[in-house]
Amino acid sequence: MTTTHDPYAGSRETTEGRVYTVTGGDWDQTLGTEAYGEERLVVNMGPQHPSTHGVLRLVLDLEGETVTKARVVIGYLHTGIEKNTEYRNWTQGTTFVTRMDYLAPLYNEAGYCMAVEKLLGIEIPQRAATIRVLVMELNRIASHLVALATFGMEMGALTGMTNGFRERELVLDLLEEITGLRMNHAYIRPGGLAQDLPEGAVEHIREFLRVMPAQVADFHKLLTGQPIWQARLKDAGYLDVTGCVALGVTGPVLRAAGLPWDLRKVDPYLGYETYDFEVPTADTCDAWGRYLVRMAEVNESLKIVEQALDRLAPGPVMVEDRKVAWPAQLSLGPDGMGNSLEHVKHIMGQSMEALIHHFKLVTEGFRVPAGQVYVPIESPRGELGYHVVSDGGTRPWRVHVRDPSFVNLQATAAMSEGGMIADVIAAIASLDPVMGGVDR
Amino acid sequence: MSNDGGEVVPGREEAGYAASTASGGGFRKGSFGVSGSGDTSGFGGLVRVEPGGAVALHSTERPYGGWFDEVTDALIEAVGAATYAAAVQRVLVDRGEITYFVAREHLLTLVQALRDDEALRFELCSSVSGVDYLDSGGPAADAGRPRFHVVLHLTSMTYRRRIRLEVAVTAEDPHVPSVTGIYPTADWQERETWDMFGIVFDGHPALTRILMPDDWDGHPQRKDYPLGGVPVEYHDATIPPPDTRRSYR
Repeated sequence: MTTTHDPYAGSRETTEGRVYTVTGGDWDQTLGTEAYGEERLVVNMGPQHPSTHGVLRLVLDLEGETVTKARVVIGYLHTGIEKNTEYRNWTQGTTFVTRMDYLAPLYNEAGYCMAVEKLLGIEIPQRAATIRVLVMELNRIASHLVALATFGMEMGALTGMTNGFRERELVLDLLEEITGLRMNHAYIRPGGLAQDLPEGAVEHIREFLRVMPAQVADFHKLLTGQPIWQARLKDAGYLDVTGCVALGVTGPVLRAAGLPWDLRKVDPYLGYETYDFEVPTADTCDAWGRYLVRMAEVNESLKIVEQALDRLAPGPVMVEDRKVAWPAQLSLGPDGMGNSLEHVKHIMGQSMEALIHHFKLVTEGFRVPAGQVYVPIESPRGELGYHVVSDGGTRPWRVHVRDPSFVNLQATAAMSEGGMIADVIAAIASLDPVMGGVDR
Repeated sequence: MSNDGGEVVPGREEAGYAASTASGGGFRKGSFGVSGSGDTSGFGGLVRVEPGGAVALHSTERPYGGWFDEVTDALIEAVGAATYAAAVQRVLVDRGEITYFVAREHLLTLVQALRDDEALRFELCSSVSGVDYLDSGGPAADAGRPRFHVVLHLTSMTYRRRIRLEVAVTAEDPHVPSVTGIYPTADWQERETWDMFGIVFDGHPALTRILMPDDWDGHPQRKDYPLGGVPVEYHDATIPPPDTRRSYR
């Protein structure tokens, strides 16, 4: 065995023991003739690692291939969104929170807006509530498809990834048509919605509903029955109900442990109690169960979208109260999205008071009575809670987000310690953390 | 009515707003460089108050309504009337949510009972976070006021109920007992609250920074944490920190 000297791959003594920098090649070559004192190996996985869903860093203690200790290091994507919202008015807050859990932006917006509405003590119009449910469930489908796609990629089933992202594109096209953007929509606003559904959107959603069930079935054909897929997922990342509740884990992970805890059923909001859907569960407590629960939830979301479309009745999508409602509905002009032409004509040519009102509401914003609320909703990853505090001003005093990814990620150690290093990937993939939401 | 000169606006004095010119006292400074009440419309006379409004300073009278009484009675029974009276300083029912303001010495007793008692069963700790009520409560607020509130949201999955516990501490002595022994899920959330507000959770297994870098100075979500400006390479121009920009002053 010849050991060539690599100036970039040396080793040095630290207080924690000898640390090796590895640039590739054989482990034996790196170690050279140095005798291994013990089998314990500390490996840094991430923050740049394809199977860590973004910038997640894992510090793993290994004995051979067995993980004896898993520590999670986060914060690489911290952007201070909670702090930022304190320096913007209540409506602008929507555009910040939507960037947290970027795979489920509409849930962030809805949770935040429902908290603001609860503080204001206002009820949104029926049509706005129905459209919120509609776009949120479309978003859930897109989010679960990414979860399944990345799951496939991380387990080595690359076609699962390409298929998942292809199907997600169908949903993103719909969301783009409805909101104007593929993600970070800022579509749901305190008091209702930024704009009504555009012409033709309902037909396109119906077309999507015709196509999608077959695609989901294809997913089952591609992955569910496959022996390698099953072998990789079954018994990986085990966490039972007791563990889930103690660690605060909610969403598909908790439901895959057998507890049908879905806030849409147990603590309904936006009229979810009137929709007919099931809460899929599994009793395997492992990555396999979480995969099946997510697959089944896509189908349930399709059912909800269909019902929401059926009950869509004409009406306003913003509250009547002009002290809160955004002055204009947005519309698409020749130069892009903006205030509707009728509204511009009204404030610029007809009514000085309307112009003042528009100016005040847009620049200063509305006031929210002092108080605090906690509004939880069921995001694709679990309980998304908004603790919003107002001091009576035009800006939030404090917005705290109980992000499900952040809380769920704590379960990494419980799920992976004592298992194989390959199962760490399966465990984290089955948690489906979104680092934008974890770090905020 | 002009209130852009920083003078006390006529008519405000009798309404108790005389202190509006006192710097840093009780009043939110308004938009567009207005000093004083911060109200650019001239109608509102905006006063910064502790959330919950004036009512936050007193207790809601019983009966609280709905299941709030059931939970409160069960809690009194679980910990004993004397402990309850010493532990719970105020109870506030607002917007259909109940908040118990708890003395920190008794927090763990209360939380343990809330989780384990059969009539309470708050199995899930949904959220732990902090709020900084710097200079809220009016100009008379003294330096030793408990400005930091640690807020716990507990969920009973058995009874489908949610309650909120609040513990207030001062900046000089920001110590709160950690609930990680009762709710392991509080681990990261308490670390985040330490990171952002500098509240020390006694008994936490490893209270280290979680979102900010390990060597960071200060606690960014405190209200008196300085905000950064942005240097611009153009004629010595700078973008000032957001709280000193015109519309945020």
